[in-house]
Amino acid sequence: MNLLDIRNLSVTYGTDTAAVRGVDLTVEAGRKLGIAGESGCGKSTLALALLRLLPASARLSGQILLDGEDVLTMKWGRLRAVRWAGASIVFQGAMHSLNAVHRIGDQIAEPLLVHRQATPPAARRRVGELLEHVGLPTARADAYPHELSGGQRQRVMIAMALACDPRLIVADEPTTALDVMIQAQILRLIEQLVSEQNIALVMISHDLAVLADTCDRLAVMYAGRIVEEGPARAVYDAAQHPYGRALSAAFPRIGDPASRRAPRGLPGDPPDPAALPSGCTFHPRCPVALEVCASEDPPLAEAAPGHRSACVLTTGSRP
Amino acid sequence: MTTASASAGAVVERSGTATAYPRYLAGKLGGAAVSLFAVLVTSFFLFRIIPGDPVKAMTQGVPTSAEQLATLRRQFGLDLPLWQQFTDYCAKALTGDLGMSYQFRAPVGELVAQKLPATLLLTGVAVVIYSALGLWLGTRSAWRHGGLGDRLNTGIALTLWSVPSFWLGLLLIIVFSVGIGPVPGMFPTGGMESGDETGLAYVIDVAHHMVLPVLTLVAVGYAQTLLVMRASLLDEMGGDYLTTARAKGLRDDLVRRRHAVPNALLPTITMIFINLGHVAAGSILVETVFSWPGLGGLFYQALSVPDLPLVQGLFVVFAGAMILMNLLADLLYPLLDPRVGR
Repeated sequence: MNLLDIRNLSVTYGTDTAAVRGVDLTVEAGRKLGIAGESGCGKSTLALALLRLLPASARLSGQILLDGEDVLTMKWGRLRAVRWAGASIVFQGAMHSLNAVHRIGDQIAEPLLVHRQATPPAARRRVGELLEHVGLPTARADAYPHELSGGQRQRVMIAMALACDPRLIVADEPTTALDVMIQAQILRLIEQLVSEQNIALVMISHDLAVLADTCDRLAVMYAGRIVEEGPARAVYDAAQHPYGRALSAAFPRIGDPASRRAPRGLPGDPPDPAALPSGCTFHPRCPVALEVCASEDPPLAEAAPGHRSACVLTTGSRP
Repeated sequence: MTTASASAGAVVERSGTATAYPRYLAGKLGGAAVSLFAVLVTSFFLFRIIPGDPVKAMTQGVPTSAEQLATLRRQFGLDLPLWQQFTDYCAKALTGDLGMSYQFRAPVGELVAQKLPATLLLTGVAVVIYSALGLWLGTRSAWRHGGLGDRLNTGIALTLWSVPSFWLGLLLIIVFSVGIGPVPGMFPTGGMESGDETGLAYVIDVAHHMVLPVLTLVAVGYAQTLLVMRASLLDEMGGDYLTTARAKGLRDDLVRRRHAVPNALLPTITMIFINLGHVAAGSILVETVFSWPGLGGLFYQALSVPDLPLVQGLFVVFAGAMILMNLLADLLYPLLDPRVGR
C-alpha cells in the first residue's frame, strides 16, 4: 500500500479561485517525490492541505489517504494526533516559521510533549540527540532563533520535523532563502536523514535541478494541476510536456557551458487562478501550442514507460 | 567542521549577551536621569510663564503694605534673580526638598505624601483591572475577529471609551448612590471613608467607597488596552510560526496562549506601563466628581493660586512616576522578547 495516496484533490478559495485542481499523486514508504512549479502554481497550498492547515475559507474535495486513512474526513482529535507524529513539515524560510520568543530546544521538544511521546527530561535528552543529528551542538538548545544563522535555523526545523519519528516529511521550499553552499549542505542532510530512517519525503521547490538531484520521482505542477510526472532523471533530462521542458531549461546545467550562458526563460506570467485560460491552461505561453489546445484540456496519460504527461502532443492524438 | 564553527559561534554569542544586558541597563538608566533633569528645568520655567503675582494672590482680600509684600517676597526667595532661584531650586530638589507651598505654608513633599496613597489606591486598582480586562477581551476579539463576539466587544468598548468620565460618574452616583425607581442607593456618593471604622471594617468601608469611581475609570479606560491587544494579535495571526504550531498538533487554545499572545504582548505592555505612569497623577475629573481626597484635587487647588512650589513639585512627581514606569517597562522587555536589548 502507498504511504500517501492523494486522489482527485481540489482546493478552492472563495467561489471560483481554484488553487489545486484534481491532483492525483502517490508516495511509497521510504521514497522521495519532488513537486516542481512556479510561484503560485498551488504547490504550497498542496503541502498545507496534506495536514489540513489551510485557512477555514479554503474548500477541499477529494481524498488524502495517509496510511490508508483519509485526512480530509478525520475528526479534530485524530487529526491533531496525526499532525507531526504521522507527517511533519519543514517549512520554508525558517526565520518566520520558528517562534522568536521561545528557545529552540523548547520548540523542538514541544511536539514530543504534546503527543505524549516523552516526559520532559526524556524530551530534553531527545532534543540533544536531534540537534547532534542535524549537526548542531547540543548547547544550542538554549539559543533563541535570532541567535542562529539561516542555515542553522533550517537545521533546527529539520530536527523538529524528525522529533516524533514521522513516516512522512513534507519539505516546502526548504532551501529557498539560503546561499548555495548552505543549500547543498541542507539538501544532503535531508537526503541522508530520510534514507537512514526510511522516511518518505515530499519535497516542494521551484528548482527542478535540486529536486532531480534529491528525489526518486518528480511531478511538475502548473496552474493547480500535475502536467507531468515520472522518474526524476527522465523528467529533468527528457521532459515530455512543453512546460516541463521550459522549467528544466530555465536552470543552467552543471557541465554544460552552453546552457549556462543562455538559460532559457519562459515569457509571460502564470495564470490567475481566478480566471484560468480555456482548454489547456498552458496554451497562451506554450511555444508549440496548436489550435485544439485552446479548447481541449488533455488528461495526464502515459507518454513513456512510467512517465505521464498532459499534452496533446505526447498522448498520441498528434495530428 | 560545521559543528566546530557553530560551537565557536555559540561561545562568542554567549559572552556577547553577558555584556549586552548591563550596557542596555546603563543606557536606559542614563536616559531616565536625563529625562528627569529635563523635567526639573521645564517645570521651573513653565510655571513662571503663568500670569499672576504669587505674593499678591497669597494676600488677596487682605490689605497689605508694600513693605509686607517685600518681606513675603524675601521669605520665599522671590526677590532673587531668576537664575539664582533656579539653582537653589535644583540644589534642593536633588536633596528631595521640593520647597514650601505658598497657600498651605507646608513643605510640598509632606502635602504630596498625604494625598498620594488615596490616588495610588484608586487609580492603581482601576488600571490593574482595566488592563487585565482589556488584555483578555482583546485576545478573544482578535482570535475570532469579524465574528459577532468581536463586533459586540469592540462596539461596547468604543462606546464606553467615548463617554466623558465625569458624566458617567455623575450618572452612576444618581443611579447607585441616590437610587432611582426600584434601584436603592447602595453606594456612598463620595469620599474615601465614613470616618468611624477600624480594622477589617475600615478596609471594607474603603472598598465600598471605591466601587463607583473604579467602575467609572475601568469603563472609560479598558477600550484602549483592548484595541491595542486586538491589533497586535491580529498582526501576529498571519505568522508562519503559528502554522508550525498548528502543524505540530497543538490545540487551538495552546497555539493562542503559548505562541500568539507572547509575541503580541509587547505593544500592549508598553501601553499598560504608560497607564501605570498616569496612576500618580490620578484622574482630576473622577476624583473631583467623587470628592476623592487625592493628588488630582490638590493639583487643581495649586493651579488656581498659582502656588508655584506646589505646582512644580506635583509636576515633578507626576513626570517622575511616568519616567519610572517607562524605565520598568524597558527593563521588562528583554524578559518578554529575547530580541530586545541584545
